Amino acid sequence: MAAEHQWPLWEVFIRSKQGLDHKHAGSLHAADAQMAIENARDVYTRRMEGVSIWVVESKYIHASSPDDATAFYEPANDKVYRHPTFYDLPDQLKHM
Amino acid sequence: MTAALIQYTLHLADDSLILGHRNSEWTGHGPILEQDIALSNIALDLIGQARNFYQYAATLINASGHTGLIDVSVPASSAPGQVTEDQLAYLRDGWDFRNCLLVEQGNGDWARTILRQFFFSAYQTALYEQLAQGRDKTLAAIAAKSHKEGIYHLRWSSEWVIRLGDGTEESHTRMTNALDELWKFTGELHATAPYEQETAAKGISPDLSTLRPPWEEKVKEVFDEAGISYPPPIWMQTGGKEGRHTEQLGYVLAEMQFLQRAYPGCEW
Repeated sequence: MAAEHQWPLWEVFIRSKQGLDHKHAGSLHAADAQMAIENARDVYTRRMEGVSIWVVESKYIHASSPDDATAFYEPANDKVYRHPTFYDLPDQLKHM
Repeated sequence: MTAALIQYTLHLADDSLILGHRNSEWTGHGPILEQDIALSNIALDLIGQARNFYQYAATLINASGHTGLIDVSVPASSAPGQVTEDQLAYLRDGWDFRNCLLVEQGNGDWARTILRQFFFSAYQTALYEQLAQGRDKTLAAIAAKSHKEGIYHLRWSSEWVIRLGDGTEESHTRMTNALDELWKFTGELHATAPYEQETAAKGISPDLSTLRPPWEEKVKEVFDEAGISYPPPIWMQTGGKEGRHTEQLGYVLAEMQFLQRAYPGCEW
């Protein structure tokens, strides 16, 4: 099928129960948002996986590039002091 | 009364089973993966409803001793008191089926499959809503459970009727062709069969004529949005609910019943 005859791709986020975050469940094709929600219902919630659905057209998601991984994430490797567990707390401090 | 209740229960079961089977013919052939799954889900919903109704019908038939009480023949192979849901689905012949003509019509293209589902769901949701209030507790419970499924079927099929009717020139033409093909079978949805007169008189099932005006309103509303003109009154085909079917049902049964007839009692 030629690209112009393909329905756009959508990313689907499902909230599994009240109080939890919406989690990325996968993607699907649909002609518009309404159909995307219904398709998501049929494809991703058949086994009671969710109570709420978000969809967003995949083209609106901007992602970091894997090429940037070294510059992005590795500098955090040797900065253990960014974790709260790095610090010794005085015994007098309670409830931390 | 039991005879009418059995026939009515079989009618409900047959409607769901035959439409469910027709829809299942799309599995693996849908226009796009997501819609293939959507329609297969609907098929499964309908076949699940049919099972509930057949189980109840089998209970009623077995309790009645099943001879002389009903004029649907039950499979000769079944001993008294041992009719099962599977026998009712797989071993009855065409003239024993009580489904309306609409549900047995061939799938045609996507437009015809959608329109058939829309006409039927618009009828079925209103029916189940009333049936859930009826005097027969088992039928009421099955109807209440199935009504939730039906609402989604109606929503899904309505949107597709609008999408195709209000889409491209080709999709519009396909939808109006489907309408020409199917409209003559819609009158039977609200035509009362003799057994329905009895069940309605007992407060088990609703008076079908009261369901017609809301059905027409729903169809008009969706057709309006789809840019399809509501057809003028025409002569309507009937008979399926009393066992007089179109040739289409034969093809459904030949495929659906083949395995049980070729290998009786086969399980897998």
